[in-house]
Amino acid sequence: MHHNIWIYLLVAAFTIYLIRVLPMTLIRRDIKNPFVRSFLYYVPYVTLAVMTFPAILSATGSSVSAWAGFLTGVVLAYVDGNLFRVAICSCVVVYLAELFYH
Amino acid sequence: MNETKQDRRWFLKGMKDGIPIALGYFAVAFALGIAAKKAGMNVVQAGVMSITMLASAGQYGAITVIAGGGGYLQMAVTTLIVNLRYLLMSCALSQKVDPGLGMGHRFLLSYPVTDEIFGIAMSVEGRLNPFYNYGAAAVAAPGWTAGAVLGAAAGAILPRRVENALSVALYGMFLAIIIPAAKKNKIVAFVVAFSMGCSFLFAKAPVLREISSGMQIILLTVLIAGAAAFLFPVREAEEGGDEHAS
Repeated sequence: MHHNIWIYLLVAAFTIYLIRVLPMTLIRRDIKNPFVRSFLYYVPYVTLAVMTFPAILSATGSSVSAWAGFLTGVVLAYVDGNLFRVAICSCVVVYLAELFYH
Repeated sequence: MNETKQDRRWFLKGMKDGIPIALGYFAVAFALGIAAKKAGMNVVQAGVMSITMLASAGQYGAITVIAGGGGYLQMAVTTLIVNLRYLLMSCALSQKVDPGLGMGHRFLLSYPVTDEIFGIAMSVEGRLNPFYNYGAAAVAAPGWTAGAVLGAAAGAILPRRVENALSVALYGMFLAIIIPAAKKNKIVAFVVAFSMGCSFLFAKAPVLREISSGMQIILLTVLIAGAAAFLFPVREAEEGGDEHAS
């Protein structure tokens, strides 16, 4: 089945706007249910973990540079935690690893 | 008259606070643009996606679905799951604005609900003037979109090695969100490690690996976050660790 990218984009944009606009216009109060709150609390961590690993291992030219980038990200995120520094340093390490390993 | 003046002041303040956000966005959006290009999107599509969605993980999830050729329903569900945290943020913002705020403002204010803009808006003292968010968005959204457009355009020109290096920027950013939270909270650490383990299993194991990656994100998120919420309900005080970005 062939999919049209513009329809994909329309669906995605519509869905994400709906998530943002419903609480602002209709719900207009805090969610109190403890299960729902807990679920929403854990969702981003699970999603980001699932999207990062093992996808990162095949994102670069070799598994050596990918592992180097991944471990740099984990360690630096643990020690430093600054979003953009972690992102940039992972990139630099991947670049260097590929420079020396090929 | 006085009110217009106030609004303008808040708009300018938002623009000022939006500058560092825009700079950071630019780098990450660039990586996103490269990913969009790899998934078969052109420069215009990468730009339209960025300006309409204004979300890092959200767009990455959407790109995953496009790359995997998933259905439109899968696109809707993936987008819903990956961006579910914005639901909480919008709820919080809806408490932060004047209860009498008009619908027009509510529709506009909903557009730039992102980790960073939400973060600065919640740190405003007292009631939030929506113009503060508009100001921040007026700077951050163009930075975000320009980054993605350039990433998609440059993806083809950049040396292979630079492109490879830049592709991990996004993952680095995701790690910078989950690892500090895991450091603060043992349950989150366990949930993150367990999620990565399951994701690895789903990527490699026979049968499981036949499931498209967009579908894997949905399944694993609902199952693991659901189980975690059931086993380890969060008390409100703990949600302080819920800051997704610096």
